[in-house]
Amino acid sequence: MTYDEVYGQSRARWDSFYNSEIPHILIGTATCGRAAGSMAVLEAFKREIGREKIQAQLTEVGCMGLCSYEPLVIIIKQGDFTVCYHHVTPQAVPQLIQGYVLGDDPCLELALGTVAGGDTEAVYIPELERFNHEMRFLLRNCGYTSPLEIDHYIACGGYRGLEKALRMKPATIIRVVEKSGLRGRGGAGFCTAVKWRLCYEAKNKIKYVICNADEGDPGAFMDRVLLESDPHSVIEGMIIAGYAVSAREGYIYIREEYPLAIERLNTALSQAGRLGLLGNNILGSGFDFNIEIVKGAGAFVSGEETAMIAAIEGRRSWPEHRPPYPTESGLWDKPTLVNNVKTLAYIPLIVQHGGKWFVGTGTKESPGTALFALAGKLVNTGLAEVPMGTTLETLVFNIGGGIRDGKKLKGVQIGGPSGGCLPESLLDTPIDFDSLQEAGAIMGSGGVIVMDEDNCMVDTAKYFIDFSQKESCGKCTHCRIGTWQMLSILEGITRGNGSLTELGMLKELAEDIKAGSLCSLGKMSPNPVLTTLRYFKDEYEAHVLEKRCPARFCKELIAYYILPERCERGCDHCVLACPVEAIFSDEKGLKVVDQSKCTKCGSCELVCPVEYNAVIRLSPVSLVPENRRSKPEASSKEP
Amino acid sequence: MDSENLDISTILTEDRRHCRHLIDILQDIQAEEGYLSEKAMLQVAKFLDVPSSTIWGVATFYNQFRFTPPGRHPVRVCMGTACHLAGGQLVLEAMARELDLEIGGTTEGHEFSLERVACIGCCALAPVVTIGKEVYPRMTPPKVEEVLVEIEPGDAGRSLKARKQK
Repeated sequence: MTYDEVYGQSRARWDSFYNSEIPHILIGTATCGRAAGSMAVLEAFKREIGREKIQAQLTEVGCMGLCSYEPLVIIIKQGDFTVCYHHVTPQAVPQLIQGYVLGDDPCLELALGTVAGGDTEAVYIPELERFNHEMRFLLRNCGYTSPLEIDHYIACGGYRGLEKALRMKPATIIRVVEKSGLRGRGGAGFCTAVKWRLCYEAKNKIKYVICNADEGDPGAFMDRVLLESDPHSVIEGMIIAGYAVSAREGYIYIREEYPLAIERLNTALSQAGRLGLLGNNILGSGFDFNIEIVKGAGAFVSGEETAMIAAIEGRRSWPEHRPPYPTESGLWDKPTLVNNVKTLAYIPLIVQHGGKWFVGTGTKESPGTALFALAGKLVNTGLAEVPMGTTLETLVFNIGGGIRDGKKLKGVQIGGPSGGCLPESLLDTPIDFDSLQEAGAIMGSGGVIVMDEDNCMVDTAKYFIDFSQKESCGKCTHCRIGTWQMLSILEGITRGNGSLTELGMLKELAEDIKAGSLCSLGKMSPNPVLTTLRYFKDEYEAHVLEKRCPARFCKELIAYYILPERCERGCDHCVLACPVEAIFSDEKGLKVVDQSKCTKCGSCELVCPVEYNAVIRLSPVSLVPENRRSKPEASSKEP
Repeated sequence: MDSENLDISTILTEDRRHCRHLIDILQDIQAEEGYLSEKAMLQVAKFLDVPSSTIWGVATFYNQFRFTPPGRHPVRVCMGTACHLAGGQLVLEAMARELDLEIGGTTEGHEFSLERVACIGCCALAPVVTIGKEVYPRMTPPKVEEVLVEIEPGDAGRSLKARKQK
């Protein structure tokens, strides 16, 4: 089949779908939606529709990136507003059906907003402020088209880039990518065209393309959302990459922890194969390309390209010396192109619209958009795609909606275990590869974790070093033992056993690890410690000198204390919740925490009724009044 | 599920007789039997004609593989960044306390096993615990007991009660 025939078919199906008289109900069933209960909502819709024999179509879609509003439901009605509903529960389903699917009441009390765009335009919700700051290239279809239907992708302009690419010479495609200035979105920001050219020029009949979907950063989930919501964009990018470097085989290396993404990719691959967009003689061009999925077995280091190659070959995932670079000698010693999911997903758009188009967005050195996963203490967690050069402030406040519960922002951790923690004063930092590096963080794969006043920066540094230590593959001594050494120093500090000399030692160790590790995951593992030492030194000093955790987070340095003046009613909530029976009543019936028994689980603070809010955390521990630290001898004799 | 009687010949098919399929094979065996038994790994070594140390070397490198049978209700506490900041550590400790388990352990009757996992990508719902396929969002230490009793009213309820009486 030619592309025009394929497109014609898909377009007809899409039109009969989205432009039909029958109302359409779209339900976001990506992983985050499912965790929030979208499958129960889907079942409720199925039940209602079946029971009432309603003319309506149900479609599972991916994720719009509005995780904090999940489960999301979109109702499309011909000639009426397309409305998006948030926090939908199975109980709300009959109301939505009676109200909007069958009637004229758009159920505004459940609505998040109207939906605009779609088709060849990016989908957005005009009522939400965040969309004024976003620019959605990669997320253009996410949450609106079905990841299970290739027709949707094709009707919205999908595989048009491939069709165009197949009419171009490989060298011309690489020139287009070069013009676009696209930099790898895996973290380091290496120029994509340079990598492609090296692989293209490598002299070998057999070459490979690997899509790096081993999204290992804790707190990052952009690749997962993309693969669950719009898998064809990545597949199309891979085929174009294969054509450009003359490879005939591609591998998608994906985390085993992403079962839904794997399932949807498998569906997408077989659909593309059926339409002749994948396999032999793609679209009659004579070009053959096949893609195989390889499931990772859970090793952070596998995200490094040489380690990933080892994993695909069935070995321990150890990084290798570079050079030779994989573009010269990679998988089974053949030239291999390794690109991140997002990098590949940009390719169809760049080929379709040209390099110049891409340069029109973002900054001079970092063109295009950046896709971030926003998590932590934000009001609106989820995904955001913004033009490069957008400031962190816009990301946190305009898109993320600021900090939850009216708390104060303390810092932003960006780039995962290889990235850094930036303070509030650096919120005006533009997001691009170079500005972030200057500030000590990295773009990384795009995980942004926002911390408020309740988060301890020393503990955060400890958390990331703990992660890097556990995930160190062990090949290089400095990374293996250095991170362990840093971790034990940080553990000491969070317990109040640190010294100022050790702060200096942390810096020395960081330098050693940087110099003595082979791969960038090792080299960059001290970044969270270095940036917190740089921007939050006062917190380290408080831990060391005053045995005080300013955020009252570090367990060994805090005490739970019940304010007698607020604990007036003498209820027993805290007593019942305490798992170690550490709370007793004093002679007036007011509750007291026995510090010698308390394990600091925080249950008492959580269950204390809000109208009292009597349980507080004190740091240093010495702040607890002496007469309210333990059960007096006399009262312990009671039966 | 009984490793002694496990037949992995359906997994060890001819088209996979190459070292590049090793991880894939191990994943399939674990999906079948819940863990990698010594017997199964020896069989794989023979099948691929490599020393058993190679199999052991690869299997122990990756976090996914376990070498003891999991509980009927595998409890996984997410330790991703967002969950950590939202108090995931306290939830993990509460789980360990309520189940009377060390991290990585399994209760005597194989009802529950406890593990910490890296990010499962539900950061907006932090802190998250998964038990089997069920996701429990926004966990707190007091919620831990409720969730466990709900899952296995008999066993967990009994052990909780026994502990409370101590």
